[in-house]
Amino acid sequence: MKARLLHREQDFDRAKQLPSNEESLAQDLGLEVLWSVMAGGDMFLFDVAKQVMLAGLADPEEIAYRQAVLSDCLDEPRAARDLYELAVGALEGERKVYRWFFGRDNPAAMLRHSVEVLEVLLGSLGDLARFANDHQGSFESEAFRRFFAEAIAELDDGYLSTVKEHLGRLRFEDGVLVSAGLGAGNKGTSYTLRRPLGSRKSWRERLLGTFRSANVVEVDPRDESGTQSLEELRARGIAPAAVALTRSMDHVLGFFTALRFELGFYIGCLNLHEQLRRAGSPACLPVPLPLARVGLVARELYDPVLVLRTGGSVVCNDVAGQDVPLVVVTGANQGGKSTFLRSFGIAHLMMRAGMFVPASSFTAGVCSGVFTHFKREEDATMQSGKLDEELQRMSAVVDELAPGGLVLFNESFSATNEREGSEIARQIVRALVEAGMRVVFVTHFFDLAESLRAGYAGKALLLRAERNATGERTFRLVEGDPLPTAYGEDLYRRVFGIPALPG
Amino acid sequence: MPGGHRVPREAVVSILFPAPGLWRADPVGDPRAPARAAPEHFSDLNIDQIVAALTAGREEYELDELYSMPLDDPSAVSYRHEVFRDLQRPDLRACVEAFAAAQREVRANLAQAGKLHYERQRQRWFLAAASAYCHGVDGLAESLARIDLGSSGMSALREHLSAYSTSDHFTALHGAVAEVERRLSEVVYTLAIKGNRITVETYSDESDYSAEVAAVFERFIQAGDGAGDPAKSHQVRFRERAEMDHVEGGVLEIVAGLFPEAFSSLEAFCDEHDGFLDATLRRFDREVQFYLAYLDHVGRVEQGGLRFCYPTVTIHPQEIFARDAFDLALAAKLVVEDRSVVCNDFSLVGPERILVVTGPNQGGKTTFARAFGQVHYLAGLGCPVPASEARLCLADRIYSHFERSESLEDERGKLQEELVRVHDILSTATSRSVVIMNETFASATLHDARYLGSEVLRRLMEIGSPSVCVTFVEELASLGEATVSMVSAVDPADPTTRTYKVLRRPADGLAYALAIAGKHGLTYERLKDRLGSRELAS
Repeated sequence: MKARLLHREQDFDRAKQLPSNEESLAQDLGLEVLWSVMAGGDMFLFDVAKQVMLAGLADPEEIAYRQAVLSDCLDEPRAARDLYELAVGALEGERKVYRWFFGRDNPAAMLRHSVEVLEVLLGSLGDLARFANDHQGSFESEAFRRFFAEAIAELDDGYLSTVKEHLGRLRFEDGVLVSAGLGAGNKGTSYTLRRPLGSRKSWRERLLGTFRSANVVEVDPRDESGTQSLEELRARGIAPAAVALTRSMDHVLGFFTALRFELGFYIGCLNLHEQLRRAGSPACLPVPLPLARVGLVARELYDPVLVLRTGGSVVCNDVAGQDVPLVVVTGANQGGKSTFLRSFGIAHLMMRAGMFVPASSFTAGVCSGVFTHFKREEDATMQSGKLDEELQRMSAVVDELAPGGLVLFNESFSATNEREGSEIARQIVRALVEAGMRVVFVTHFFDLAESLRAGYAGKALLLRAERNATGERTFRLVEGDPLPTAYGEDLYRRVFGIPALPG
Repeated sequence: MPGGHRVPREAVVSILFPAPGLWRADPVGDPRAPARAAPEHFSDLNIDQIVAALTAGREEYELDELYSMPLDDPSAVSYRHEVFRDLQRPDLRACVEAFAAAQREVRANLAQAGKLHYERQRQRWFLAAASAYCHGVDGLAESLARIDLGSSGMSALREHLSAYSTSDHFTALHGAVAEVERRLSEVVYTLAIKGNRITVETYSDESDYSAEVAAVFERFIQAGDGAGDPAKSHQVRFRERAEMDHVEGGVLEIVAGLFPEAFSSLEAFCDEHDGFLDATLRRFDREVQFYLAYLDHVGRVEQGGLRFCYPTVTIHPQEIFARDAFDLALAAKLVVEDRSVVCNDFSLVGPERILVVTGPNQGGKTTFARAFGQVHYLAGLGCPVPASEARLCLADRIYSHFERSESLEDERGKLQEELVRVHDILSTATSRSVVIMNETFASATLHDARYLGSEVLRRLMEIGSPSVCVTFVEELASLGEATVSMVSAVDPADPTTRTYKVLRRPADGLAYALAIAGKHGLTYERLKDRLGSRELAS
């Protein structure tokens, strides 16, 4: 029994380490806000959202597999949430079974505990089979159709009653039969629990030792060390069954946990979708192109984190970046450059995860990973100079990069002067683009922006934070070449209450 | 150092010392050889750290003794180089390792047998020791016969082994082991346990019930269950003791009654095969560790991209050089921390005898001096040295004079103590001695240091010992044609970054920003390298 709602061929790897840039990615893009909304107050779902979003996919076909599941959930939100509750209920049932104190090496206690838990889980498995029967017609995705068919086939009444019978036999009311061989120093080894042969009568005779009493070791109840030794032999005998049954219990629990986790991701998507709709923001399933295709074309791309924070509508941008590996963003301070950069990164992460994206239409080549290099205002762990620290973070990004990676730079290398910072950035951008990376660079260094414009004619999209006729920011980006001065002056004017310059 | 030719105590093969005739000394295990005090240069040059790293985990072989006996005959050095080269072959290495593991098992099993109460247990451990021994010997003999050996040392061992392993004595032992083991492995019995009674019977094909239970739930196995994770495997652990209690002992007696042939053949085996170890193989077992330990260490350090080589050794101190030499003690630490190690070249050509090293502190000067001493010491052991290419003097002695940290308070007393030590060195050193002086007279005034340093170096030049002198007195670097000036280089653009390079002339600096970018591997060229190799990995 497999959930397989996130991957066609495998379970989602929950033990996989998050990418090492996880913390800066979450911080730079404001992802925790997104995950909190997806969680809807359930910390488990927060974790699910985080793990699945950070371990994205790079294959458009795999992304489409999830998009189909998501479409089903968007069509049948009630049923999807009911199924999720069923998995949660099974796992809660396990927690209610009294946990006998057992040191991990007490097979008798392990056996008793797992028998009781499995008796409870047997009920949930029956419920699941019934749910599959009732709903198999209303879900269309490949994933759900396979899942329901499997539940119906694997959890039939015959199987469920076989399980029940074993749980009864595992109480060992007639004693145990164990086989062994000779190990190191002729000690017993390979203890294996055996199902007794022959009639119940001869088995009883052996247990009672009524035949061939020469073959019997009898321990005096007052002989403490002897009793202990006998108990240990018995424990060695039932240990394999206790281990097998405890693992079986884990498997069944593991199945419900996987179901909860994998379905939980789509429940998170439902939660987020409802919030964005309430704020009047568009969302669409993106069109993922193969990794080899660089570039991005989008309408009404926006930063969902900003929407969730402000609760209202925000500035959207149209991007016509077909076939370009490099986007250079220049222009006024606080003109929407960082917001654009975040929307760009978040949309890629969401597409990679199989989610809808914050735009009304979105077509892009998938990337192999999203990386950020943002200017840090303060850094508590700073050991050396600021430039040194920036370079150290950059080097850590390089360590993680694979071809097709997306690197978002926000005012990087501004810890040094423009001439030096530009030179460092130029060399890095050049090497990254040549190695097949996608780069978005927000900078106020004219030297850098101008040389990238000249050096990447036709291969770079140049965007500029826009000002309208009266010199006010619109927070919208337009295509345009870098200009030799930044807009620091008008920010200064506004802060100091000096009227803006005309034109 | 005890000299002179001595006849070995046992006519057994040694892979460390050439066969009789070429013997210089064989103090290994000789009770007459005096215990050696670790000489001064052991700690000054951090050779003690190298030896500690080599011997760690191999204490039972007492290798310290072997690593403190330098050779003074180039042919003895070649004898070891040949064995080293043979043992570098992975196939030979693997079978020698297997043999060593078997010998350890033999010792452990015999020790275990000596500690137990029940006779049937002692017998079984003795059998296990004999079994490990036979497999070890057979395995080694078979693989040595297959492998093309280049060294006279290993060839001599092969000859011995091929005779021994086909002797009647050994084949009879091996046959008996196999037969008794087979009989015991066929013993399978059952225990029926209820209440306080255990009934013991022969096993009669009852089915495995836990497998049946596992099969019923198999369909729920999830990839994330951590089937390979010991914390989640729920495997029950029992305390495993070698000895038996009286209940187990009682069960074993009944089992012995159920399977009488198997247990009587075990008893007979023990009576017939006491004392089965061969003397040459015991000696080989120890001596080969000298090589394996060193090669292991080389392997660890090579992971840091460093290279070792077999040096040409000479008893004439002209034309000494090494390329990419490094401090092995320091490198072993840095490689573990994944930090890079700086290598240096040096050469003494024609009249040149003394490398005079000056330059800023913490620039790698002492490390350079140690590397110089270490390559000479290790060359004298017949080992590969930490350098990519080298021609070295087979030193009759290595002297070191390092500033003592437990310094005397009194300046005058300290200077005097230093002069006494230097005098001792100068009065015994020869043109084949290697001398390393580190910050000698550092506590003296500049005037005194200049005067004393010049005097000492002039005497050293007359003796002609290949030497390194680390000093803050720059004038010493140009005393004459015998001195070579070397400088610990520092990047002038980023003085916080030490290059640890010691060069004949200072290096140029790069512009600060690109230098620091280079330090992080972020210049265009470096990035091309880093990202280029990525595609192969992904």
